[in-house]
Amino acid sequence: MSDDRPISGPEKDQAARTADDLKAAALAAAESVPVSVEPPTLFEVQEMELNFGPQHPSTHGVLRLVIRVDGEKILETKPDVGYLHRGTEKLFETETYPMGIPHTDRLDYVAAATNNHAFCLTIEKLLAVEIPRRAQLIRVILDELQRLSSHLVWLGTSGIDLGAVTPFWYAFREREQILDFFEEYCGARLTLNCMRIGGLPFDLTAGWVERLMEFVDDLPSRIDDYEQLLTDNRIWKKRTVGIGVISGQECIEWGVTGPVLRASGVEWDLRRAQPYECYDELDFAIPTRTNGDTYDRYVVRVQEMRQSVRIVKQCIDLLEPGDIRGKVPRVIKPIAEEVYASIESPKGELGFYCVSNGTNRPYRMHVRPPSFINLQALPRLAKGHLVSDLVALIGTIDIVLGEVDR
Amino acid sequence: MKVLTPTVLTYLKVVILVAVVPAIIGFVVVLAERRLMGFMQARLGPNRVGPKGLLQGVADLVKLVTKEDITPSRAERAVYFLAPVLAVIPALTALAVIPFGPAIRIGKVKTTLWVTDVNIGLLFLLAITSIGVYGIILGGWASNNKYSLLGGLRSAAQLVSYEVPMGLALVSVLLMTRSLSMVEIVHRQGRLHLWFIFPGLLAFFIYFVSGVAETNRNPFDLPEAESELVSGFNTEYSGVKFAFFFLGEYAAMIVISCVAVTVFLGGWLPPFPHVAALKFLRILPPLGWFLIKAGLFLFGYIWFRSTFPRYRFDQLMALGWKWLIPISLANIVIVACAILATPGRSNGMFVLSYIFGGLFVVMFLLAKLRQKLARRERLAAIPASAVE
Repeated sequence: MSDDRPISGPEKDQAARTADDLKAAALAAAESVPVSVEPPTLFEVQEMELNFGPQHPSTHGVLRLVIRVDGEKILETKPDVGYLHRGTEKLFETETYPMGIPHTDRLDYVAAATNNHAFCLTIEKLLAVEIPRRAQLIRVILDELQRLSSHLVWLGTSGIDLGAVTPFWYAFREREQILDFFEEYCGARLTLNCMRIGGLPFDLTAGWVERLMEFVDDLPSRIDDYEQLLTDNRIWKKRTVGIGVISGQECIEWGVTGPVLRASGVEWDLRRAQPYECYDELDFAIPTRTNGDTYDRYVVRVQEMRQSVRIVKQCIDLLEPGDIRGKVPRVIKPIAEEVYASIESPKGELGFYCVSNGTNRPYRMHVRPPSFINLQALPRLAKGHLVSDLVALIGTIDIVLGEVDR
Repeated sequence: MKVLTPTVLTYLKVVILVAVVPAIIGFVVVLAERRLMGFMQARLGPNRVGPKGLLQGVADLVKLVTKEDITPSRAERAVYFLAPVLAVIPALTALAVIPFGPAIRIGKVKTTLWVTDVNIGLLFLLAITSIGVYGIILGGWASNNKYSLLGGLRSAAQLVSYEVPMGLALVSVLLMTRSLSMVEIVHRQGRLHLWFIFPGLLAFFIYFVSGVAETNRNPFDLPEAESELVSGFNTEYSGVKFAFFFLGEYAAMIVISCVAVTVFLGGWLPPFPHVAALKFLRILPPLGWFLIKAGLFLFGYIWFRSTFPRYRFDQLMALGWKWLIPISLANIVIVACAILATPGRSNGMFVLSYIFGGLFVVMFLLAKLRQKLARRERLAAIPASAVE
């Protein structure tokens, strides 16, 4: 009722009656229906919005997460990507096919060799060229070394995320040695640019193979050292077992690949599922675990490192003198076609989708970045865990922002 | 020599303590920590400033003092200023009751190696060290930064919960010392020919774990948690104020170590002073023994730091409340029973020593065995997956 004018006469009675009726009705309702009484809360529960990154030591680059927290419990995570976007896919269109290779170095910058490899594989599929056997073997060696170095970076950084500083230094000591091998091979340590369409730019230098053999013979004992510090460590287990559990089915639905998928019990590895180069001749296992938690992802990656060592050793044994480059025309002008080729990068399925239109530049180039697609699962993994776990989870899906943002 | 009256001497000792301890922290402890961690982590550590990097402390000091002292515009100024002070003063104050050595004579001057011997020394220590936490809480709150606030909150909860097992662990020792005076505690260990670490082994472990948690060190360094909270409570601090927090943390470490040495490791006494064969250990002055023992604890801190990952907050609380507090309560009962049930004043302590010693050996062997089995299991799993 409007309060503007004074109420008088019958109208007033009516108003009073209505009010009384309402009151009575309310009382009756209160008696008949059990009213849920809010428990008196001493303190108001406040949700806080926390900006996690882009400048944060544990986001492994410029990842920004907007998280809603209740105390330290995460209610919602929103990854905000794109801080490192450099338009790589567009850049591919503006340059000739071979000129695209250095751009791929900058995608997953801790694993440049596998990026080069996936790119070259796509163009080679387009051109249908045969790769000489020696080149194939060296490519596999470089790939596996790259996998080792990428996993070492992951091991070190995710250890630091959980406060274990020492494995970082151990892992980086070995990674330095791997980078030395790359440097000796192609002159670069990080942005390798170490593959060419149809083969390789250089042959191996004298003594490289012998030194590599020495290194990979020694590596398993070093991996034992890391495991000594972490695998059976109570605190490490407490921080990782049961954190960020995701089932194999869910991984498949999210498109998650790589060690994350294998830790959830799905034995899917492109090296075995659709072998490229000479992986079908090599004897190696695909480590899988069933729980799909952070600990299992750790175990899978560590065991993958041991398998990589095995692969490198086998490739070294198989190496024979020969060509390192297939028959590729000087000017690469593939016929108009669409191809997709992918490899098992350290992070998962790394694929390139190329549309050519008969010129010497791709009409469209698309990257299927494992980091980006795996990152999608982060909000799902993080829900209900604590802020401290979020740090562990960013580490465990092993993202590289160069690849996420491209 | 009338100038050096006891009062003047006390003031002199206070000045030495306040001037010397920060210097030791800056030049010895920090450098030792960084070099030792370098050694453990297969790297060098600071070795450029001065011979073998010995002057790194000076370089750090100059760096910290000359850095811009930033106060966030929306910070609570007074509290923001006060917090680092609150972190340092209690830790340095606590050192006043630590007996670094027995009464000594330098020339004609007789003096003691403690500033004061309060008859409630241990209680005073517990009280004063728990004030230190205010520095961290208030610093985190006053910074007006969400991460700092989380760090402050964490430390509030952590320090309050770990005060309890720490206090309870010391209570069980009190049953044996029968005195709260730090000097008397050492004397009694000398008279009994028994360091309290043996009958108080359990209490010692609880005390040390709680002590590490109290000082926010690995694996309990959650209030700072570089990788989660971006340094937590001290994110916004810089320059001298940051140096004060830094100093406070290390001074607290030293206090915890000194208390552990005094209460559990016989203070300034050399090992087994009543054994004739070990008489030669007296070559080292009592102060030397004290410093060696305290150094051992500090080494433990550093070793922890380079070995363990960090606990999660709720796990830390669970460890404190569900494990340490019940164990320390049980320990009090065990110690009390042992002392009451045995004839004589100290026989119970020897019985306890044997029990705890035996338990320790058994548990150590069990842990080794478990580790071995887990490793064997792991190694067995690898070829199985390799076979496909």
